[in-house]
Amino acid sequence: MDLSAINPIVLFASLMVASTPILLAALGELVVEKTGVLNLGVEGMMITGAICGFAVAIETGSPALGFLGGALGGAVLSLIFAFLTQVLLSNQVATGLALTLFGLGLSALIGQGYIGQRPPSSGDLVLGLDLMVFLGIGLVALIWWALRATRLGLILRAVGENHDAAHALGYKVVRIRIAAIAFGGACAGLGGAYLSLIRVPQWTEGMTAGAGWIALALVVFASWKPWRVLLGAYLFGGITVLQLNLQAAGVKIPVEYLSMSRYLITILVLVLISVDRTRATLNAPAMLGRKFHASS
Amino acid sequence: MIRLEKRRQPSKRWTYLTPPLAVVAIMIAGGFMFWLLGKDPVEAIRIIFWDPLFNEQFASYSRPQILVKAAPLILIAIGLSFGFRAGVWNIGAEGQYIMGAIAGAAVGLAFFPTESALIFPLMVIAGALGGFLWAMIPALLKIAFRTNEILVSLLLVYVADLYLASVSFGALRNPDGGGFPGSRNLQQYPSAANPELIAGTGAHWGVVTAIFAVAVAYVLLNHHRIGFEIKLTGQSPRAARFAGVNPNLIIAVCLGFSGILAGLAGLFEVSGPSGQINIDFASGYGFTAIIVAFLGRLHPVGILLAGLLMALTYIGGELAQLMLGIPAAAILAFQGMLLFFLLAMDVLTDYRILVGKKGLN
Repeated sequence: MDLSAINPIVLFASLMVASTPILLAALGELVVEKTGVLNLGVEGMMITGAICGFAVAIETGSPALGFLGGALGGAVLSLIFAFLTQVLLSNQVATGLALTLFGLGLSALIGQGYIGQRPPSSGDLVLGLDLMVFLGIGLVALIWWALRATRLGLILRAVGENHDAAHALGYKVVRIRIAAIAFGGACAGLGGAYLSLIRVPQWTEGMTAGAGWIALALVVFASWKPWRVLLGAYLFGGITVLQLNLQAAGVKIPVEYLSMSRYLITILVLVLISVDRTRATLNAPAMLGRKFHASS
Repeated sequence: MIRLEKRRQPSKRWTYLTPPLAVVAIMIAGGFMFWLLGKDPVEAIRIIFWDPLFNEQFASYSRPQILVKAAPLILIAIGLSFGFRAGVWNIGAEGQYIMGAIAGAAVGLAFFPTESALIFPLMVIAGALGGFLWAMIPALLKIAFRTNEILVSLLLVYVADLYLASVSFGALRNPDGGGFPGSRNLQQYPSAANPELIAGTGAHWGVVTAIFAVAVAYVLLNHHRIGFEIKLTGQSPRAARFAGVNPNLIIAVCLGFSGILAGLAGLFEVSGPSGQINIDFASGYGFTAIIVAFLGRLHPVGILLAGLLMALTYIGGELAQLMLGIPAAAILAFQGMLLFFLLAMDVLTDYRILVGKKGLN
């Protein structure tokens, strides 16, 4: 075993790459949850974004259009969730699960002709990193600023903290939530496209392997604060990279147990965060997962 | 203008009507999807829903297969329905299914090649225990720390899947298997096998247990205190607490019960139809069972029917793959869509749809 082969700077760069997919997906989900909607379909939206982005990039030869396609794919899928939960008032937990199941099937269906192909290379690197990594960090700052200091952020938070009061003030609760859900879907799709276009880069069925669920856990871990989402994403990226490096360095632990670590650590983090009960309940948006029906 | 008005009570009539309506809707939407894939929609739907039962050429093979596929779906969905009624969301049944299979198979393999009538019962107990313990992880974490059981149970599916790969290559690998992954075939080890009980029906011990579970669940839900407490907790957690219901007990019972049933489903699968522990053992039954539970309206008898119908789409899907070249993934998307239609139609149960101008209240 040779741990000295692990270079800290390379490690940090690959950490940023590894964390970008879950960072993007978690940021989208954070905005959705801030408006009081719990969308458990992140995994389904991510994998749909992954294949839509991959397919568009291959057909057009442009990675930029691919990312756009991924975001669009995630957003369109999320609109199914939006229609069911906001217009037809269905149960959010069940609908989110349905979205994940459907997304996994749909992506496998679209992806049939793309197995084994290689996406066009994105080319432009800044400081050895692709632009999406910086877009992810920029998005953290933007969402933090927007939620904290803009009128839009105030409205989003009002809808999430008390939808009846927001409705009484004349805000269109349902429309605002649908817009937030679509934004969350686009972010998840972007995260998925990053996986299939840059991180892996290839299409395989079920390639997100729980990244969407880890992103959901990340939002809880971050107590619904954008900067903490960044911190959490780097933490998970770090674990993934460390695991790959340990594997390459030939540590005498079976691969399966090393791969388990990211899921087990996610669970551990969830437990640690929920131990402090008062803080967990204070930070969660008050209307999270509740239905809104105006005439009642 | 179309408005929704909340019903005081969920409509009984629509509760029964929406599942068949959703099935009709999925036939139409599914047909449209197959048409988009360039297949004849009417023929595709006929192959999926009709041919496995009544086609002269295939029915003799596919009819028994329906029971084989339905048994694990019904077992798991019955367990899940308890939690879903109480607002305890165990979505990691797939993991409990895998762990039950591993635990049960490990016990069976430990006795190889001894022959004894006690081995299979021991395996059943081990399978139930494996599923139970795996489900108790999210249960205990929720009870002790209020940790979200949805995320924990789901993340544990990935852990179980990796563990399955690990034992397929390691601890449970067949020493006479020439280095290939996968355990010994339990079908060829009489004391540990779960054979077809009545030839030509597909009925194995899992089918018997599934029917038994439906009956037990029916009695528990309708004639036992715990069933009442579960329903009360789901409808109004606050009222339940005032009535003296212990919420922690409900969490433990719901997760534990669904873990046991999922573990049993895994054990009957590994000792029967699948035969061995291998990397590709996990087949997604734990997730499809979520659809079955909702399609059956979380009611034991409904789940029995829904499980049979869902098994039909599995078999029909395989037939459609064979005859029309419809990809397997299309069937997966098809099943997911079914859940969408069901959830969308819930609006008819809980709300009244009013057309016209809003009057003064």
